[in-house]
Amino acid sequence: MFGAGGGTVSYEEIETTDLIIMWGSNAREAHPIFFHHALAGIRNGAKMISVDPRRSQTAKFADLWLGLNVGTDIALANGVGRYILDHDLQNDDFIAHSTQGIDAYRDSLEEWTLARTAEVTGLPEYAIAELAEAYATAESAQICWTLGITEHHTGAENVMALCNLALLTGHVGRYGSGLVPVRGQNNVQGGGDMGALPNKLTGFQDIEDDEIRAKFEAAWECTIPAKPGKHLTLMFEAMETGELTTIFCIGENPADSEADINHARKLLEGLDMLVVQDIFLTRTAELADVVLPASAGWAETEGTVTNSERRVQRSRKALDPPGEAKDDLEIINLIAERMAPGWGNPTAEEMWDELRTVSPMHGGMSWERLEEHGGLQWPCPTLDHPGTLFLHGWLWADDLEGREPAPFTVNVWRPHVDLIDEDFPLLMTTGRVLDSYNTGVQSDGYNSPIRSGEALDMNPDDAAVLGVSTGSRVEVSSRRATIDMTIRVQPDLPVGLTFTTYHFPDTTDTNQLTIEAWDKKSGTAEFKATAINVRPKVEASNNA
Amino acid sequence: MTATSRPSAERPISPVGERQVAIRTKVTVSIDGTDVSVLEGQTVLDACTAAGVDTPTICYGPTVTPVNACRVCVVEVEGSRTLVPSCSRPAEEGMVVTTDSDKVMHSRKMVLEFLGTSSDVSQADDIMGWIDDYDADLGRYDEATTQRMTDEVKIEDDLYIRAYDRCVLCYKCVEACGEDAQWTFAIAMSGRGFDSRISTEFGVTLPDSACVYCGNCVAVCPTNALQFKTEFDLRKMADWRPEDQTITQTVCSYCGVGCNLDLHVQDNAIVKVTSPSDHSITHGNLCVKGRFGYQYVQNRPSA
Amino acid sequence: MPEVAVTDARGTDAERNAVADAIAIQSPGLITFDAIGPALTFDGDRIARSGAERIFNRRHLLLPVLHAVRDAVGYISEGGANEIAEALQVPPAEVFGVASFYELFTFEQPEAADVVHVCDDTACRIQGANGLIDELRADGVVVHGSPCLGLCEQAPAAFVQRTGQQHVSVRTATKPAVDAALAGQVTVPIAPVPQPSDALTLLARVHDAAAVDYEGYVSTGGYEALANAVTMTPAEVIEQIGDSGLTGRGGAAFPTGFKWSAVAGEDGPRHLVVNADESEPGTFKDRVIMEHDPYSLIEAMTIAGYAMGAEQGWIYIRGEYPEATRSLKSAIAEARSKAMLGDDVGGYSSQGNGFRFDIELRMGAGAYICGEETALLNSIEGYRGEPRNKPPFPTTNGLFGRPTAINNVETMVNVNQIMLLGGEGFAQRGAGRSTGTKLFCLSGHVRVPGVYEVTYGATLREVIDLAGGPVGDLRAILMGGAAGSFIGADMLDVPLTIEASREHGFSLGSGVIMLLNDSVDFDDFVARIAQFFRDESCGQCVPCRVGTVRQSESLLRIREKGAAVETERVLLDDFAKVMADASICGLGHTASGAILSAFDLGLIGASS
Ligand SMILES: Cc1cc2nc3c(=O)[nH]c(=O)nc-3n(C[C@H](O)[C@H](O)[C@H](O)COP(=O)(O)O)c2cc1C
Ligand code: SF4
Ligand code: SF4
Ligand code: SF4
Ligand code: FES
Ligand code: FES
Repeated sequence: MFGAGGGTVSYEEIETTDLIIMWGSNAREAHPIFFHHALAGIRNGAKMISVDPRRSQTAKFADLWLGLNVGTDIALANGVGRYILDHDLQNDDFIAHSTQGIDAYRDSLEEWTLARTAEVTGLPEYAIAELAEAYATAESAQICWTLGITEHHTGAENVMALCNLALLTGHVGRYGSGLVPVRGQNNVQGGGDMGALPNKLTGFQDIEDDEIRAKFEAAWECTIPAKPGKHLTLMFEAMETGELTTIFCIGENPADSEADINHARKLLEGLDMLVVQDIFLTRTAELADVVLPASAGWAETEGTVTNSERRVQRSRKALDPPGEAKDDLEIINLIAERMAPGWGNPTAEEMWDELRTVSPMHGGMSWERLEEHGGLQWPCPTLDHPGTLFLHGWLWADDLEGREPAPFTVNVWRPHVDLIDEDFPLLMTTGRVLDSYNTGVQSDGYNSPIRSGEALDMNPDDAAVLGVSTGSRVEVSSRRATIDMTIRVQPDLPVGLTFTTYHFPDTTDTNQLTIEAWDKKSGTAEFKATAINVRPKVEASNNA
Repeated sequence: MTATSRPSAERPISPVGERQVAIRTKVTVSIDGTDVSVLEGQTVLDACTAAGVDTPTICYGPTVTPVNACRVCVVEVEGSRTLVPSCSRPAEEGMVVTTDSDKVMHSRKMVLEFLGTSSDVSQADDIMGWIDDYDADLGRYDEATTQRMTDEVKIEDDLYIRAYDRCVLCYKCVEACGEDAQWTFAIAMSGRGFDSRISTEFGVTLPDSACVYCGNCVAVCPTNALQFKTEFDLRKMADWRPEDQTITQTVCSYCGVGCNLDLHVQDNAIVKVTSPSDHSITHGNLCVKGRFGYQYVQNRPSA
Repeated sequence: MPEVAVTDARGTDAERNAVADAIAIQSPGLITFDAIGPALTFDGDRIARSGAERIFNRRHLLLPVLHAVRDAVGYISEGGANEIAEALQVPPAEVFGVASFYELFTFEQPEAADVVHVCDDTACRIQGANGLIDELRADGVVVHGSPCLGLCEQAPAAFVQRTGQQHVSVRTATKPAVDAALAGQVTVPIAPVPQPSDALTLLARVHDAAAVDYEGYVSTGGYEALANAVTMTPAEVIEQIGDSGLTGRGGAAFPTGFKWSAVAGEDGPRHLVVNADESEPGTFKDRVIMEHDPYSLIEAMTIAGYAMGAEQGWIYIRGEYPEATRSLKSAIAEARSKAMLGDDVGGYSSQGNGFRFDIELRMGAGAYICGEETALLNSIEGYRGEPRNKPPFPTTNGLFGRPTAINNVETMVNVNQIMLLGGEGFAQRGAGRSTGTKLFCLSGHVRVPGVYEVTYGATLREVIDLAGGPVGDLRAILMGGAAGSFIGADMLDVPLTIEASREHGFSLGSGVIMLLNDSVDFDDFVARIAQFFRDESCGQCVPCRVGTVRQSESLLRIREKGAAVETERVLLDDFAKVMADASICGLGHTASGAILSAFDLGLIGASS
């Protein structure tokens, strides 16, 4: 699919672009060093527009911040698309030459007049128009997004709605312009590269393609099922139905990180067999039948990771792992040896070299070249290939390099699932803060002077209505659970929206509140919108 | 990095909408009688380096905008009345540069004497070396009447300390915290003249300031005035042993940006994290997680 | 720019209002800046506008706002600084960094609402300043010792920095005079120009009290120069300036015509900046022009704006010049109301040569270094007054990075003469590179101190005679101020021209002629000069930051400990060389000149 797979641009390009749109991305806190490149762009004269329900640390750098309603990204993207077409700001030559499906797309935008878009997004019409004008008229422009776009039940459609805008304006496939999904975790991109996706083999090769499967089967001397596996959310569904009874879980902590966590834990407990390979005794590991102590990949083992600009880099062993912990590869090798004697104990480099024979996009990335160049960006098929700065340059080739024109997609806006009502009148969204990370198992290891702990951030007006202030203890209920939290009054949030992180599950188990509605295409759960109800806690001392 | 440095042959130019790229020509400069060619826009310092001439630098750094304040890098340029800071003067066609005249030697020696008698440069290995090389004579200053920086070390958190009695006011930390990288602006030059100090607003503690603990200031400090707490503690116990340390380059374990880390390891423990200043992802900069978030791999039960 | 994060300290209402008012009213003279709007604005809770462009466009308000807060409450509190940071979106560490650069801003609740700055510098030092300071302190007045206040002809001098009230200067200060100022008495300046009007050219109007008003100015030939100028094309005006041979009167004697044509040759927008920071010890001529003939400066600037196509003029006046500031402020407002500043200056568009020009007045806050042209630019822009490295020069990369001409006040008013006499007519007086008249500031041990206007080429003796000759036995003359040098009586017959002075190893600089008789304790006097540089170094570059301190320590060793002159001289020569060779700016380059010349004349160590 267009726009999936990897960021179309390199970090350096954002330093010379003219317009940076941070759409649902708080890169300042979640991707600080990527944001350095964006800041260099600002220093070189780029404008920045932030689209985010919250006036995040990133939004504060922006020339213009648009605080749209949670879950209305498709509406806004469609409204921007319609505005561009209505005002004849689209790149007609590019559309004619490089894309297909413009008519269906145009038709699908019928509903999205400025007035309707304003109504749904909660934004003034002029701001929507300004966003559209800025994007369509910029000489080069990038749209960057992270979990703010993908952690919705319509996550994949959100992304495609943004891709449409790039196709409409030609802001893709050339230096400085592009679509930039910044990856949340250090090797999400690499996991995808390696084939840790239910529907892909190594190098994003389609598992349903017979030819490709045949290639792998020949190389691996085994049979590969012809249909995609399950992503995490489907796995939980399969656990529910009893279809899935055994899980081998490597370096994930679903017992803390899944939405609607109480339900997830119950399912994990009900498995016949749970094996966890991790460097921590996580909450998931506590539930396991077997725990395999592993090594910290980035400091205790050899290997590669791939970053958000598709750069494959070497990671290296600097420390000996503690106690009986073993290199992950060695653990797998040992298990493989039991299952198929003679497997041996191949090294990371040997594994990599094998991979290069089946994954064309990695073919030119020898260990030595990775060292020499400080990493290489895929696709890099041959040993003399310099790696690829930006993707989709073919869109601008006279013959499209023989490919099909890029398709517009039709994306229907649907409101988020967990709607507010009288009983649950506030919306809660989640995100990261600078010094902490995911469920905190790593970031709790150091004493950050700026860590303020878990809190429910709330607009001063909402706080006044509830009669709470910073530091007040409150009971927060969603349709699934109730937990205690501490209020932090935060003028950066619009009225009606609250914000919290999920970094501190031991003290505040936010994911008990969130909903397990998920995006069918990507398997990402909707962390970004939960209807809640906040009640001040009556202090026990009041009775004294 | 500037727009003019790319694209090049290695960096493909897009077919449409390519940015205006200035073609950089070469200029020829004479360094102590040797002609060298450098690209237009490169500095006299680059030319000196190309000519194989070693030039001391303190306030210059590859990742920060030169403030040309320390003046230890000065050279003589024909036609210029005063000496010229090589680190920031662009090389021009036909420039005639002398790097070893009496005037240059005297100025460098005096700058080193001035710094050596004002700040504690004992942990600034480069400066200590140049003090020897240039015969700077710190002994000729009457101790009783010679004013020094006497600030007490500030220990305000577990991550890094500030020992401004070691500071040479090179501005690098300010630049790194500001527009050259971090854009946090937690620290600035305050005061004036000899009483200038790097400071937060009203001298509030770092945790009270805007500081986000990226440590990018620490990374560029040439004197150890800014020092990771790990190093500070080990030095206090006389157990800081750079000669026993290994440096291994790897990739940060947190977000998906893929920052390169240089892990400085002593006795199988990470004691410091830096990033290569010439890597295109980080330019030597990290965030708090990459810089300090490594503890979890060594919070070992046995310890 | 991130949205600034500030500590919890909040400003008082008074501070908040001061910030808001200053932002609202401070810049009547700005014609090109307001289009972009405030640093941070909201439309409801869904739309915010900020960003680098807006913030950078507002940064220049920092110094005016700091003044407003200091003047409202007497100091810059943490809460007040936070209000400033938020209003301008300047990070609080930078607000503090900038504010703490200037002597006139302090950060703790002051002991008294009004602070008395008494000059204990050169001329005042030899005329009883220290005694006055002791006397005032004994009486409980809060006194700060100050560098030269530009009132050397009426030494000793004081500057009363008040809170919530107008600042005032006190001339020929005594304890009763200071008390009166603290009680609210204002100072009415009297022109310290002993020559009669018919002997004066540049200063011809200073004895005419009416000339400080617009009508009085016009009725004494005011705005005729401008009328002449607009009959020419801008290029022709610049040609006339070139023909006149006019050189800068601020100290460096750079040909003004060169500067102007360089700026005119760059792409616009361009700026014109007048350097009225006059802080060189012993210098007070610009003050006299601004106090007594403010329109002449405005008119000259208007001509310069026309000639260079610079629509925005700036005057940067030192913060310790309250009377000159008020005089200029009201004259600028009046000129604007008479349409002699603004969108169509003088209505000349009806004659087909209309142009736009306005003037913004900015006040320094106690920093000699801000007289250095690039430090001055940084100061206006809202940064620390640290000189920039050159090249590039202001003519290409000046104020806000735009082409900028910077000229001294005295240089500027010569432009009127050139327009009246023509370039060649102007050059009739004087010779060579030294054309026209020059203002000299006579102070110290001289019978009638004041500003004297003579044609270049008069000898030093002639000028001193005009002032009634020395008082007592002349021992040395400080020429050109602290950045100049001491000369002996053997130089009295040197003609005062750029060329002749240079030939004899001194410089006219800003026109300081300070006479010193044999009652002066030179060890102390020269140590004070060394302290001046120590105090006024911006601290940016090592040679000057440390060199000025080491130099000062050396002279203190001589004064306090009787250290051997010969040993100290070896060190001082080493210091002098590195400061002259390797410093960034003129302060460091000249910080040793006067001191070494005092040694050469045998003035040092003579008392012991
Ligand atoms: C430390 C220092 C202080 C200065 N102070 C002043 C000053 O107060 N007034 C002034 O006109 N020029 C001053 N100058 C000179 C200016 O830098 C600049 O040369 C002058 O304003 C140019 O104007 P002119 O060409 O009309 O003289 C100073 C220079 C230095 C190095
Ligand atoms: S750690 Fe980072 S944010 Fe803090 S002062 Fe240093 S550079 Fe600035
Ligand atoms: S703390 Fe270090 S980096 Fe900062 S100015 Fe001082 S010496 Fe330079
Ligand atoms: S010479 Fe002195 S005043 Fe000038 S820049 Fe250097 S330190 Fe500052
Ligand atoms: S290194 Fe060039 S001035 Fe400091
Ligand atoms: S006013 Fe005192 S020396 Fe000038």
